[in-house]
Amino acid sequence: MKTCLIVDDSKVIRKVARHILETLDFKVEEAGDGKEALSFCEQTMPDVVLLDWNMPVMSGMEFLKLLRQGGHANQPKVVFCTTENDMAHIRAALEAGADEYVMKPFDRETLHVKLQLVGVA
Amino acid sequence: MAISDSSSRILAGLLEARTGQQLTMSRRWRIETALSGLMRQRKIASIDELITLLVMNRDARLSDEVIEALLNNETYFFRDRAPFDMLQRELLPAVRNARLAERKLAIWSAGCSTGQEAYSIAMMIAEDPLAWAGWEIEIVGTDVSRTVTDRAREGIFTHFEVQRGLGIQQTIRWFEERGDQWAVVDQIRDMVRFEARNLFDAPPRPGQFDLILCRNVLLYFCNAKRRDAFDRMASALKPDGGLLLGAGETVIGQTERFAADRSMRGIYRLAGGRDADRRATGS
Ligand SMILES: C[S@@+](CC[C@H](N)C(=O)[O-])C[C@H]1O[C@@H](n2cnc3c(N)ncnc32)[C@H](O)[C@@H]1O
Repeated sequence: MKTCLIVDDSKVIRKVARHILETLDFKVEEAGDGKEALSFCEQTMPDVVLLDWNMPVMSGMEFLKLLRQGGHANQPKVVFCTTENDMAHIRAALEAGADEYVMKPFDRETLHVKLQLVGVA
Repeated sequence: MAISDSSSRILAGLLEARTGQQLTMSRRWRIETALSGLMRQRKIASIDELITLLVMNRDARLSDEVIEALLNNETYFFRDRAPFDMLQRELLPAVRNARLAERKLAIWSAGCSTGQEAYSIAMMIAEDPLAWAGWEIEIVGTDVSRTVTDRAREGIFTHFEVQRGLGIQQTIRWFEERGDQWAVVDQIRDMVRFEARNLFDAPPRPGQFDLILCRNVLLYFCNAKRRDAFDRMASALKPDGGLLLGAGETVIGQTERFAADRSMRGIYRLAGGRDADRRATGS
């Protein structure tokens, strides 16, 4: 079973995403901001991270840069999942090392395909 | 407010007569929701009033609009993925080999809704420019609903629509931002033509196709209409052409005109055709 770390400051979004991911057979972990996510990853690397952009304490972008620079072995796939829905944000995310990008709102089908495309579903 | 049996029968009858689509019991539930937007727009207060107007038949556009509202237009890019992978890896290369002399390719998306299926094919071909350089390629999408073919032709999609089925690399390669929507780039839009056309009318130009996609359309047809639709598609298919249906759909027990291709999963060939024979004997 693959592990997905959901990083989002909204409880509601985490709940919805958890529900979808569980139906797709993922073991789900949660973090409320980038910093929490980073300490989670230092313990155990998930297979994939579903990452919000704007969060208090540490943004998704900062988290992603630190994660990719950290020289960690077995880097997880990172799927941004955000309301930042424009080309500039998308390009910046891909440049920083994101593998996929989901624009909110999304549904199960969308997430499933994105996870297939990055090779974890 | 429940819609009366007689009203739902009239609406179901209208839909089936025009499109072949049956309104199953479970979908009858949704009639009111489906029609509420149209009724608000037209300032029609109740289903009964709508039925009266339909029966008086003074406004041809109204019955078109009712039918369009009752149709299920659900679609997304590269729907179900696997069949598109198969097209890319197996069917398109095989068709390409068979047509090397004339370098012409014709593909029909029958029941194309808002165009995602036809555009998916166009992207697939555009992503393999070396294979298709110098080819004359026609991709045609048709649908009985003019509303959806107009939208398909515009090629403008919401965030939600554009990412359903598409990877982000494909999104940024083949779409550009248009306000807070996404417009398919001209290169892709120019590869596809859309027409409002009923499956029970003549097929679109050029009339004979290498590949017909008719996915998630025949599901709700009664058997006789489905058979008729298969006959029409059989006549519009080149002798060695292929038909692709939706994930849960089959020709088995529906028509004698088509038989499953032995090696390409989900592809149907003209039964008794040259190609079917060759495949059946494995030569
Ligand atoms: C559920 S959508 C499927 C769209 C696309 N083929 C796909 O698989 O994603 C079915 C479409 O078939 C169209 N349709 C239904 N009856 C039709 C008919 N008799 N002739 C042409 N199109 C029809 C509907 O308007 C609708 O847009």
